[in-house]
Amino acid sequence: MPQIDPDKAQAQYDVIVVGSGAAGGQTAYTCALEGAKVLMLEAGRNYDPEKETPMFQTNADAPLRGTSTPDKPFGFYDATIDGGWQVPGEPYTSASSEPERKFWWWRSRMLGGRTNHWGRISLRNGPYDFKPRSRDGLGFDWPLNYEDVAPYYDKVEMLIGVYGDNHGLENTPDSPRGCLQPPPAFRAAERFGQHHGKKLGLPVIPIHRAVLTEKQDPAVLPAKIHPGNPRAQRLLADSMRARQACFWATPCGRGCSIKANYQSTTVHLPPALASGNLDLISDAMAREVTIGPDGRATGVVFIDRRTGKERVVKGKVVVLAASSGETVRILLNSKSTLFPQGLANSSGLVGKYIMDTVGASLGGQIPAMENLPPHNEDGAGGNHAYVPWWLYQEQLAGKLGFARGYHIEFGGGRQMPGFGTGAGLENITRGSYGRKFKEEARRYYGSFMWFAGRGEMIPNDDSFCDLDPVVKDKWGIPALRFHWKWSEHETRQAAHMQRTFADWITAMGGKPRSQPLADGAKAIEPGGKIIHEVGGAIMGSDPRKSVTNQWCQTWDVKNLFLTDGAPFCSNADKNPTLTIMALAWRASDYLLAGLKKGDL
Amino acid sequence: MIKWVMAASAATTAGTQFSWAAAPAAPAKGYGTDPDLIKKYAAGDCWPLSLSPAEKATATVLCDTIIPADEKGPSASSLKVPDFIDEWVSAPYPGHERDRVIIRDGLAWVDAESQRRFQNEFSSLVVRQRHAICDDICHLPDAKPELRPAARFFARFRDLCASGYYTTPAGMKDIGYVGNVALEKFEGPPPEVLKKLGLA
Ligand SMILES: Cc1cc2nc3c(=O)[nH]c(=O)nc-3n(C[C@H](O)[C@H](O)[C@H](O)COP(=O)(O)OP(=O)(O)OC[C@H]3O[C@@H](n4cnc5c(N)ncnc54)[C@H](O)[C@@H]3O)c2cc1C
Ligand code: SF4
Repeated sequence: MPQIDPDKAQAQYDVIVVGSGAAGGQTAYTCALEGAKVLMLEAGRNYDPEKETPMFQTNADAPLRGTSTPDKPFGFYDATIDGGWQVPGEPYTSASSEPERKFWWWRSRMLGGRTNHWGRISLRNGPYDFKPRSRDGLGFDWPLNYEDVAPYYDKVEMLIGVYGDNHGLENTPDSPRGCLQPPPAFRAAERFGQHHGKKLGLPVIPIHRAVLTEKQDPAVLPAKIHPGNPRAQRLLADSMRARQACFWATPCGRGCSIKANYQSTTVHLPPALASGNLDLISDAMAREVTIGPDGRATGVVFIDRRTGKERVVKGKVVVLAASSGETVRILLNSKSTLFPQGLANSSGLVGKYIMDTVGASLGGQIPAMENLPPHNEDGAGGNHAYVPWWLYQEQLAGKLGFARGYHIEFGGGRQMPGFGTGAGLENITRGSYGRKFKEEARRYYGSFMWFAGRGEMIPNDDSFCDLDPVVKDKWGIPALRFHWKWSEHETRQAAHMQRTFADWITAMGGKPRSQPLADGAKAIEPGGKIIHEVGGAIMGSDPRKSVTNQWCQTWDVKNLFLTDGAPFCSNADKNPTLTIMALAWRASDYLLAGLKKGDL
Repeated sequence: MIKWVMAASAATTAGTQFSWAAAPAAPAKGYGTDPDLIKKYAAGDCWPLSLSPAEKATATVLCDTIIPADEKGPSASSLKVPDFIDEWVSAPYPGHERDRVIIRDGLAWVDAESQRRFQNEFSSLVVRQRHAICDDICHLPDAKPELRPAARFFARFRDLCASGYYTTPAGMKDIGYVGNVALEKFEGPPPEVLKKLGLA
């Protein structure tokens, strides 16, 4: 993507955005298309999905058949650059040595951040999800309602392109007509799961994912997304024309060179750059926000990773969108005489209440799916179906023993073979080899299914991050240190997931591939492992009890906004990114209005 | 993946007094954290291969004993699966060193056993003789106690062989994968599949 040299940065911008992922991409898009002058700083390298995506490469074209290594923890072709559970030269730490109290932090260092490889599951939070405390007395209510966010969900869905449909289920919002793309047909495993799930009362419905199943309509959508702004409409229409519909092949986690799925680099940044209002600097590691004598943000100090030199850029508004953990880190590292405990931290809550998603999984072998006639199941490069949380009534009646719900992501069948295909069959085949082995490999290929629960975690006092007193990154910037603890609400939920999956597998006539775990503390994935980390600068309506207001604007510094997951004060079972984008758009509208009025 | 991370984090923690590093730093000698993803790689492109010609010869015949040619697909060696196994055991990442020991010891055992029973190296045995050896080690629960290490080797070797084979275009075809081609439409499973599943 077109970059500017740090020397060419303008003397002053309207808005400086730190980070180029879902949050930074949305913020820069909204601000640039509405006419503000924007500078985006991205710590990672420049990245061009049109040229760099390995679309049809087979695993045999990759080293080690594409399997994961410490260099590429989600596989060779995964669209993660200089990242994973570790980023070279940028350590983080855990306060405890106990495995269950450690936090796993996934980062990437590339333009577009984690949106290049994310799963693209895009579920709206429902009305309950914004008022959890009012419902069960736990955690925090948001200082806004579903109705406040809904128009932004509509716009994000139309902009990025999300497939799915409406079922009118409890706390699982329908989208207005014209927002969603048609959902793809279910695969064999998804249909089979749907059929047999009925016995257990599991509602298997189309999932919502950010993939274009049809080309977007440039004659209709831009006018709905940017009413009264013909220039933005034209730029968006051009961008929509440049995106192709999914061609039902190639895994989305590698990225998409035809721009059929959402990544910040194919959807947000091209029209924002085309507006002429966005300057982009990659390899720019923001270290701190600078503050004027009046206590307002004046700009950002960043390190040019190519030269190691420090630079300063100036803006009327500073937006941190570096992913929630990095945003917290920048705030805590922005210490000054005015803000000795870090920026925007008069409440002492910066770093507090970090959350991930509750995760547990189980695999099953399904005899009915053995030896199915070969057919193409690549589909939209990810899930077509899921189960939204379905036990609201049982929970209300106090029958479950934990407070919040989970949805089920599941699948299986005849995916592109990777490292491990045909392996691990010994127990089923009694050790065959030769021609018999080949027959059995064909028979069992496609007969495996997996089930993953994704549930809500309630924020707690033991899960937070602060600065490590000792460890620093390679530029000398203090590293983040994590503290973590699940409560029984989460571990019981994980045990419930295991029972549900085992029952479902059995209902399909299958066998779980491992013993379902009755002990939720063993079943639950470690904190951070689901990579839905949010919180750390929660929003609220009381400046003493929160870091930002409902507009992601920090209480202490009026012209400082946090548009990533940091202001989340709960983490519904719904994957967070669609909500991050909706709230970033809403915050951007608010800050643009403030700039226009001269308030900021 | 998790296993390696755990093993390595114990080492990295020794240096920091106040906190535990959450996971290890990535090793320096692999393909790195920003490799070229477009290029097609062959075994030996990223790090030197290390099996000896004799080990390779044994591995080749063993690969084809596990995955011979049949009407649906070619043999493992004709798809260069032995080269993949060499790449695998030569890789600089944690965990591969362990496999390297298992595979090299196993290949040496196979040859020694061939000599002991048939006075010839494994690659020169006739099919019946090769099967006589493999039958004793192909299923760990059935293996005699003294043959357990060899059975463990065989299980690992078969898994690597299968992974190497079924990821190639010919291997994918053999196992019945028909995707990775652009389509106009996605219509879900065809009627014969739904019928077999009782969903028609
Ligand atoms: C494998 C995987 C699957 C996922 N699947 C889903 C899913 O299906 N649905 C869902 O909702 N979510 C999913 N997620 C989570 C999703 O990726 C994140 O919620 C989303 O990317 C968050 O957006 P962000 O902009 O806050 O952070 P990011 O996308 O991580 O972007 C942050 C950017 O800021 C940059 N940055 C960091 N620090 C600095 C600094 N100091 N200076 C300058 N730049 C900086 C980073 O390099 C990065 O590019 C998934 C994540 C992973 C890893
Ligand atoms: S499956 Fe479709 S959206 Fe996903 S990468 Fe392939 S073409 Fe793009």
